[in-house]
Amino acid sequence: MNLDFSPEEVAFRDEVRTFITENYPKELAGVGTREDLTRDEFLAWHKILGKKGWSVPAWPEKYGGTGWTSTQRYIWSEENARVDAIMPLPFGAAMVAPVIYTFGTEEQKKEYLPGIKSGDVWWCQGYSEPGAGSDLASVKTTAVRDGDEWVINGQKTWTTLAQFADWGFFLCRTDPTAKKPQEGISFILVNMKTPGVEVRPIKLIDGGHEVNETWLTDVRVPVGNLVGKENEGWTCAKFLLAHERSGIAGVARSKRGVEKLRAIASEELVDGKPLIQSGDFARKISQLEIDLTALEFTELRTLAAESAGKGPGPESSILKIKGTEIQQRLTELTLEAVGNYAAPYTAGMEPDGSNERGVGPDHSNFTAETYFNMRKTSIYGGSNEIQRNIISKMILGL
Amino acid sequence: MDFNFTEEQGMIRDSLSRLIREQYDFDTRRKVVASKEGWSPAMWAQFAELGLLMAPFSEEDGGLGGGPIDAMVVMEEFGKGLVVEPYLPSVVCGGGFLKRGSDAQKAEHLAGIMSGEQIFAFAYAEPRGRYNLADLETTAKKDGSGFSINGHKAVVVGAPWATHFIVTARTSGGRRDAKGVTVFVVAKDAKGVSTRDYPTVDGRRASEVYFENVSVSADAVVGEVDNGLPLVELVTDEAIAALCAEACGAMKVAHEMTVEYSRNRKQFGTAIGKFQVLQHRMVDMFMEHEQSVSMTYMATLKVDEDEVTRKKAASAAKVRIGQAGRFVGQQAIQIHGGMGMTDEMAVGHYFKRLTMIDAEFGNVDHHLKRYTELSAVDLPVAAE
Repeated sequence: MNLDFSPEEVAFRDEVRTFITENYPKELAGVGTREDLTRDEFLAWHKILGKKGWSVPAWPEKYGGTGWTSTQRYIWSEENARVDAIMPLPFGAAMVAPVIYTFGTEEQKKEYLPGIKSGDVWWCQGYSEPGAGSDLASVKTTAVRDGDEWVINGQKTWTTLAQFADWGFFLCRTDPTAKKPQEGISFILVNMKTPGVEVRPIKLIDGGHEVNETWLTDVRVPVGNLVGKENEGWTCAKFLLAHERSGIAGVARSKRGVEKLRAIASEELVDGKPLIQSGDFARKISQLEIDLTALEFTELRTLAAESAGKGPGPESSILKIKGTEIQQRLTELTLEAVGNYAAPYTAGMEPDGSNERGVGPDHSNFTAETYFNMRKTSIYGGSNEIQRNIISKMILGL
Repeated sequence: MDFNFTEEQGMIRDSLSRLIREQYDFDTRRKVVASKEGWSPAMWAQFAELGLLMAPFSEEDGGLGGGPIDAMVVMEEFGKGLVVEPYLPSVVCGGGFLKRGSDAQKAEHLAGIMSGEQIFAFAYAEPRGRYNLADLETTAKKDGSGFSINGHKAVVVGAPWATHFIVTARTSGGRRDAKGVTVFVVAKDAKGVSTRDYPTVDGRRASEVYFENVSVSADAVVGEVDNGLPLVELVTDEAIAALCAEACGAMKVAHEMTVEYSRNRKQFGTAIGKFQVLQHRMVDMFMEHEQSVSMTYMATLKVDEDEVTRKKAASAAKVRIGQAGRFVGQQAIQIHGGMGMTDEMAVGHYFKRLTMIDAEFGNVDHHLKRYTELSAVDLPVAAE
């Protein structure tokens, strides 16, 4: 057991750092993950990494993964977090792709994986429905076989950034007579330009347009768009969720967030003194950082177990729960730190002619919006209560 | 980076785990704790025979070439079995000081610690010093070529079984000054040493130790005169990492017992483990334990890093483990219901040990404050 980087790992870190410094788009520096990005802005870094061969490190090498060790992957996320890089979105690279290379046919792999790797094709996720949230197995959207086609009807919701999507992966009920709700579901790929697909925006409490309703009316897709076996889509769905969870801890980004919070708390004044010198607030930051350290080492242990050949298991639920709790507390403390200037609604302001949108210190912009937005994290990807159910069942055996 | 244990570490874990299972079960432990001596010299001899007492020492010093990770492995198993024998005070603390001592001190004591024949206790706390390692009223005054020690050390764990003490005393400076702290080795049978022995609430034995004009030679000083505090802090941080490992072991068992109990205990016609509110509570206990293991690895792996990194790591771990131990202990009792309150059930004894671990070497509040002070780059670091 040791925490040392080998000379090769140090060299790798330097290589990565240099590449990021030289290639990360200047105009996106420090923008972070704000929601009002354009499609091109979201994809800019992904495409650069695609050319370099680094856009999908976690994939098996034969499909375009980098074959990095868990330590190298740790270094990779740390280095990207240093510049707040806008990373490849999970829906293609981390969600549908592992399903395709695990359960798909050779043709499907050839057809879909290159576009995900390069960042040319945008994917969205058609899982949740108005009546199927945490209870995902109760999806009602149907896919009926008609000759060489599936005919899909139903309504999906919370389709993140579907306004930009080229393709979507959908859970559809293909056998309404199945005995258990988990049976009779299939995993089907849909080109979002197919007639009958309609995407309608949902405005969220932070004012942003991040998610959508997706309506499917007599949408016809080729039978070859089924991934895995007919009626066994639940296997793909569960597999995907476990993969989604393992990247969800967001440790490197939260560490960067704590640094920013410290900087903000050093500038904000209480009775003329920096907020960070107030014992109460400083201790809140300490507690957050300590909990983040615990999460970081839990993730490192999980990664080490993974590289020893164990796939992401139910332990990844811990990362989801603790990772999202910390992300939320970070935005909560940032909101507290900025005080009065959390209130102005930056997106709703008229520009004052100086190209500056916000009022108050720059670091106060979007703090409340971000706090509001991050409440989603304990709800999505299987709510944190569902994660507890998973641990209870799969690990504690209750 | 590597999170794997060596083959030797795996063997220590397996053989110790078997020994505890076969010869240190809960009933045996209960008898040991209730005995006049309060510990089992026979078990101690077996621990020595297994090589546990030499495991964390370098081969140069006559040990097995391990280090803090080996101590961590041992302490975690001890935590699972609620072992009361003085591994932490003697091997981790006593050995921690003496392996950094003079050649003569090493020659005189290290072999004895590793064979189990010499047993050390760490007399650092004082009635009015709380967790401040420099807040010392015990004094060591120059007396010829040696020193004369006077003072009262509080709750010295393992002292009734000890042959020697590591004693911190003030040789110069004001009561809480960082400078002026000196570390001494004092034989328990030295003239002027007296003890009042007693049991602790978690099954161990401790003493109030009194020093009255105790004469020691200059050779009894471990490290430098007046500059002992950094060494005390270093060994204490190592002890914190080991203590965290013990807490992890205790938490693991308390959690497993609770899950098992909830499977069997029926109320309202069903096993209480079927109730979601209890399932989620037990998942939270599980997560607290897992994160404690992570923090223990972290603190153990960072004991050899630079001073600030090491101190922050130890404090961070102690905070997290203090909170986790409180939660896991309290919920283990709660979910066991009335049975959890009985002395007969093992779970209450795990709860008691976890409770007292938080108070040893600084509790959550102390270490959260220490961590915060160490984090404040633009603030002067407050004295310990």
